[in-house]
Amino acid sequence: MTALTTNPTSMEAHPFASPEPSSTIDTKYKMIAENVTVSYGGIDAVKNVTMKFKEKSVTALIGPSGCGKTTFLRCLNRMHDMTKNAKVTGKVLIDNTDLYSKEIDPIYHRRKVGMVFQKPNPFPTMSIYDNVTAGLRLNGVRDKKILDEIVEDSLKMAYLWDEVKNDLKKSAIELSGGQQQRLCIARALAIQPEVLLMDEPASALDPIATQKIEETITELKNDYTIIIVTHNMQQAIRVSDYTGFMYLGDLIEFRETKKLFTDPKNELTAKYVQGHFG
Amino acid sequence: MTKVTLNKKRVISDKVFKIGATVAGTYVLVVVVLMAFQLISESYPIWEEEGLSFITKTDWNAVEDRESFGALPYILGTLTTSAIAMAIGVPLSIGIAMFISDAPAKIGGPLGFLVELLAAVPSVIYGLWGLFVFRIYFRDWIETPLHNAFGDNIWLFSGNPYGLDIITASVILAIMIIPTVSAVSREIMKAVPQQQKEAAYMLGATKWEMFKLAIFPYSKTGLIGASILGLGRAVGETMAVTMLIGNATGIGAIPSSLFGPSQTMSSIIANEFVEASPASIHMPALIGVGLILLLIAIVINVIAHLLVTRMLKIKEGAINN
Amino acid sequence: MNSIQQRRQEYRSLFKQNVAKRLLVDKAVKIIVFTCVIVAIIPLGSILVEVFKNGITAISIEFLTETPGSIGSGEGGIGPAIQGTLIIIGLSSLIGVPIGVMSGIFLSEYGDNTLARFVRFFNDVFMEFPSIILGIFAFLIIVLVLGHFSVWAGAFALSLIMFPIVARTTEESLKMVPMTYREAGTALGLKKWVITFRIVISAAKSGMVTGIMLSVSRIGGETAPLIMTILGSSQFFSSLDTPMDALPLRIWRLSLLPYDSAQLQGWGAALVLIMIILGINLGIKYYFMNKKNGFFGQLIKQRRNVTK
Repeated sequence: MTALTTNPTSMEAHPFASPEPSSTIDTKYKMIAENVTVSYGGIDAVKNVTMKFKEKSVTALIGPSGCGKTTFLRCLNRMHDMTKNAKVTGKVLIDNTDLYSKEIDPIYHRRKVGMVFQKPNPFPTMSIYDNVTAGLRLNGVRDKKILDEIVEDSLKMAYLWDEVKNDLKKSAIELSGGQQQRLCIARALAIQPEVLLMDEPASALDPIATQKIEETITELKNDYTIIIVTHNMQQAIRVSDYTGFMYLGDLIEFRETKKLFTDPKNELTAKYVQGHFG
Repeated sequence: MTKVTLNKKRVISDKVFKIGATVAGTYVLVVVVLMAFQLISESYPIWEEEGLSFITKTDWNAVEDRESFGALPYILGTLTTSAIAMAIGVPLSIGIAMFISDAPAKIGGPLGFLVELLAAVPSVIYGLWGLFVFRIYFRDWIETPLHNAFGDNIWLFSGNPYGLDIITASVILAIMIIPTVSAVSREIMKAVPQQQKEAAYMLGATKWEMFKLAIFPYSKTGLIGASILGLGRAVGETMAVTMLIGNATGIGAIPSSLFGPSQTMSSIIANEFVEASPASIHMPALIGVGLILLLIAIVINVIAHLLVTRMLKIKEGAINN
Repeated sequence: MNSIQQRRQEYRSLFKQNVAKRLLVDKAVKIIVFTCVIVAIIPLGSILVEVFKNGITAISIEFLTETPGSIGSGEGGIGPAIQGTLIIIGLSSLIGVPIGVMSGIFLSEYGDNTLARFVRFFNDVFMEFPSIILGIFAFLIIVLVLGHFSVWAGAFALSLIMFPIVARTTEESLKMVPMTYREAGTALGLKKWVITFRIVISAAKSGMVTGIMLSVSRIGGETAPLIMTILGSSQFFSSLDTPMDALPLRIWRLSLLPYDSAQLQGWGAALVLIMIILGINLGIKYYFMNKKNGFFGQLIKQRRNVTK
């Protein structure tokens, strides 16, 4: 295993910091992470990662568990603010404004960024309808007709509508685990984010639901910038345009998905995608 | 052979140990049953004499041959002071719990400890401070201005502000329940899973909105339990109230205005128990008041514990399965 | 029907630009909850300041050691009250601690059955019983039977406040001792009671001591149950079958007297009482602040269970 240990200093130039091909001139970056380092009590979980995410694309983050991919994803929405001992340095630019800037409250940014967590976390005391509309009400949307419309759209996109359309007043915890996760996806979609962060969203779902969610992701790509953490390489191949491979807190390789899986430039990436460790 | 006897010995001494522990464990049950029995049997003369009208009557006369006792004013006194104490103390406690559960440990820890120290101050010292310090300021700065402004029109503020009255006792009670209610509330708020808070923040909630979306709905039951626990404290509290409530008896103890004197169930016992003769029905009357107080305390605390325990069970349970 | 993309644009346009306003509300709430903390700490500060400021002027060697002078004279001291408080704490602990510890052992070591759940629940509810009721109970079964006020009755009443606290903290402390300790003892062929006393309790000692000290600080300030059991006295302790004085009782009686000198003596007695009680509380806090093991968090939790 020692052979796999990376030497971070050798990659300071971030040769893969922006996904290839970089020649496309009109590409706009929706989100840029610059030199992001996250440490817990002095131990770096994410080391100096720089990544650029193109608008209307799907980026997958893969890597063995403990590689820092979830930690990195949470930085993109400032979810570490609540974690004790966590320290984040670097910049995360959304539409060219820094999420970590002291002048602007993160709430301005979080409005644009939806997030789906690994474990479903619906609000247990609220109905399905109220769960989906919770974020809308925060944003001052009160019109019942509009709310109804958004609920329907969001639940349809999360492939939950057909199962719950007749009892939207039902409590969210009466749903099965897979349904809860789709409800959480609908809740995130309802605030009409521009960026969607997904942390292994399919780990709680059965194969059929997983397939449906993957279809949703593909559809959403027309409108959204999606970043998805997954340890399922097949899933990454199916849904993503770009893939970043992380190992022990370092971003090892970040390229177009097809190229990364068929022609990895880094020895570690090659070993990982061929299933030699994980 | 020796091995067998050794095993037998072990079984016997361990059995004795187990029995001893069980007896100590069941001691609390024995005490509760015996206590209920004693209070019922020793207050029996008053129930025999007055029947259920003991609860509804307002007289309180211990003069020989004209004895007549009714507990209503003290029941009302207890309920009024406790209700006002809750109205003041619970919102403050929830605010404190919100601040401390959310503050960084370096600030929240010491502040939480200071608030909890309020629980360590003996009741009688609250009484002393209330009597010689708090009452004076409260009377001059709050009661008198309120009375002068509204006394003639609003019954709540009628009555001559002297400081030995319902509102003073209630405010002191409110201070006394704060450590209990805030400490339990804080634990309950901390028990809300991190994922719930993250869900709210993900939607772009501010901290206050996060409390409204994630913490309050999730911990509602437990917070009600914490408040009822505080109510239990307020109902049973004796010394500070005795020193501040003005100790009226009979019909004069029925709460009529915030600035009027009253009497609670525990304070009338503290004031009169030693002087009551076991031979007359004065003492059974006081024990009867104690019995009513005990029943109220049991009901309140059973409800509170069921709510708090249920809440902490939900925490362990599988909402995020 | 519009395409989904168009509808999304439309929805976004409906969102109100209300973040600044919401952040303002948030700030207001932050200020309010912080004010709540301050409002709660002000009385604590005021109590401590007043007790120290007024009490210190009353304190002298005579005040701490002599019997009370004649009423209103402002002479004499609170010697019997200090002595009485120490005696009553000692006697109550003598009754309450063994029962509480054994009860805690029952709940922790044999606590997985209906009876134990029942006991645990009643223990928690009993802890919240109004203390004056415990006084009446002690009066009925001891004072009334003996025919005179007695130190025993007071000690019994206070032991009833003490043992549930000790039982709960003991249970929590014992439960924190890893199962492997007990298994190791069993593997050595030790008897269960030997394992419990020699291994488990010695590992859980500091938590139990905390619980006991907290219960001591709680009963040290109790007044109501003493009124009808030890009554109060202006003499030093003579026998367990006579009335006795205690600091909280003395403070109460002094506060009822219409003399400034009595009031001052009341503050002096309050200072002594609060020094004892805060001393115990701060001592516990300091002791565990300096312990850098995992026990700390758990023990603070026990503290809270007790304050509950």
